[in-house]
Amino acid sequence: MSMLDVNGLNVWFGKNRDRVDAVKGATFDVGQGESFGLVGESGSGKSTILRAITGLAPNWSGAMTLDGKPIGKKRPKEFFKTVQMVFQDPYASLHPRHSVDQVLGETLHLHGFKDIDTRVVKLLDDVGLGQKFRFRYPHQLSGGQRQRVAIARALAPEPELLLLDEPTSALDVSVQAEILNLLADLRNDRGLTYLMVSHDLSVVGHMCDRLAVMKDGEIVEILDVAALRAMNATHTYSKQLLEASL
Amino acid sequence: MMSTLLDVQNLWVRFPTRNGVFDAVRGVSFTLGRERLGIVGESGSGKSMTGRAILRLIRPPGIVEADQISLEGQDLMKLSEKDMRAVRGQRISMVMQDPKFSLNPVMTIGDQIIEAYRLHNSASKADAYNKSLEMLEAVSIRDAERVMRAYPHEMSGGMGQRIMIAMMLIPNPEILIADEPTSALDVSVQRQVLDIMDKLVKERGMGLIFISHDLNLVADFCDRVLIMYSGRIVEVCDADKLHEAKHPYTRGLLNSLPRLDAPRDRLEVLERDPEWSEAPSVSGSE
Ligand SMILES: Nc1ncnc2c1ncn2[C@@H]1O[C@H](COP(=O)(O)OP(=O)(O)OP(=O)(O)O)[C@@H](O)[C@H]1O
Ligand SMILES: Nc1ncnc2c1ncn2[C@@H]1O[C@H](COP(=O)(O)OP(=O)(O)OP(=O)(O)O)[C@@H](O)[C@H]1O
Ligand SMILES: [Mg+2]
Ligand SMILES: [Mg+2]
Repeated sequence: MSMLDVNGLNVWFGKNRDRVDAVKGATFDVGQGESFGLVGESGSGKSTILRAITGLAPNWSGAMTLDGKPIGKKRPKEFFKTVQMVFQDPYASLHPRHSVDQVLGETLHLHGFKDIDTRVVKLLDDVGLGQKFRFRYPHQLSGGQRQRVAIARALAPEPELLLLDEPTSALDVSVQAEILNLLADLRNDRGLTYLMVSHDLSVVGHMCDRLAVMKDGEIVEILDVAALRAMNATHTYSKQLLEASL
Repeated sequence: MMSTLLDVQNLWVRFPTRNGVFDAVRGVSFTLGRERLGIVGESGSGKSMTGRAILRLIRPPGIVEADQISLEGQDLMKLSEKDMRAVRGQRISMVMQDPKFSLNPVMTIGDQIIEAYRLHNSASKADAYNKSLEMLEAVSIRDAERVMRAYPHEMSGGMGQRIMIAMMLIPNPEILIADEPTSALDVSVQRQVLDIMDKLVKERGMGLIFISHDLNLVADFCDRVLIMYSGRIVEVCDADKLHEAKHPYTRGLLNSLPRLDAPRDRLEVLERDPEWSEAPSVSGSE
């Protein structure tokens, strides 16, 4: 059963000479409990696919379904109980004047949780930040600490599908290992589904069952992780990408 | 012996907080020659604050203290804010970890690059435009003309990083501090950006401080590496010897890397030893 089905997705920005066809005819599906990777060139449309799913890219055509139900132009509130996103840029995605406590507390409140205090404490522990960061503001955190707040916020509503845009690229390897282990545990315990963008093929190899390779707005190939490990790609660009990351 | 561009001695960065003063950088010393110096270390270990402190870009109430931060013999700690601004614009450039944050959100990319270019070169608007296009193409931006007309929020993560790098190289700085400059780039584009920086070090004798958490990349690309842990330097080594590093913290970092050729269910996580943060800082001076 597929959790997310994307069929012939086109996404564009701007018009006339400034029109960018950021995603062209992307088709893929992510099974329930699967972890699916998106890799490819910088500017090839990876983030745009995630943004289109969450309704942040208004100009799109094609079909997307979530858990069998079509995704329309508007996203109802329940949508964000099921789907959460961790943005590529942890600086832009946290409100500068909201403390970590406010960010997490408000998200929990919005999704109707009552035991907010306990949950904030638990979330901070889960992402390896702990209580001493609870009342800090974004400018008082390092890059990696901010990214962990962003991950905690996405986990707060207990979503079923997590869209992760370079979730660990701002993190050092030891914190990366902690976060990847946490994501693996959540997937085991709660059957979470991940759609994950990363430029690090070893991270994708570790986390994902299958991956799509993008170039210039198109998905040029879908591989499973065994093929990735065996360096077994067929498209020229995917071959190059695998070779370059050796 | 390499000529020393920058000599940092006993650098501290402190932040007064509700629970007392927090020392983000604790007595760090190192020198930079015409080389590629890597700084690695876990999140929050003080890498960015070290870079920002050199440029005296720590926001109040943060405090910077140092015996000296000298740029070719001139102590930056003693400069007036006005003289410091000239150093920042011309002699030392920094690519911040948050690229889009450092660009002006309401000005097109083109206007920003052209303005920066003309500040440092006497050039007509048309020449500056062409030069700017070239610079974008040099960092592998495909549709440079469209990008010139676009605003920062219309750029992908990796495009933003590359635009910042292009801009920071305009003044021909003697030193470039690059904070996670390639963390959002795929391997092929990353290679191109590194080649540009490499050329500047080799051909023009620029000094490069390369802050990164990517150990393999640093081992591959840099000459020397400083390994930071909770505000101190715990180990210094030649980059090509990074994989033989001895400090248990550095070993731990190396072991937490996922590997394509050696899949495993769980990644090793670091068991932190309180002793690591107590040990005195190692000097990174040549
Ligand atoms: N709001 C926007 N307005 C105009 N163009 C946009 C906008 N957002 C993205 N684009 C363009 O769409 C293309 C794809 O961008 P996207 O952010 O999806 O790339 P990406 O694959 O995530 O790249 P990276 O790995 O560098 O983050 C780029 O050319 C970008 O300039
Ligand atoms: N304004 C501030 N007030 C209090 N603490 C701060 C402030 N700014 C930074 N810090 C703390 O200083 C420490 C060092 O931060 P720094 O940004 O140098 O880390 P980093 O090594 O660059 O980490 P990362 O890899 O995550 O970017 C962090 O623990 C951070 O929380
Ligand atoms: Mg992106
Ligand atoms: Mg940093």
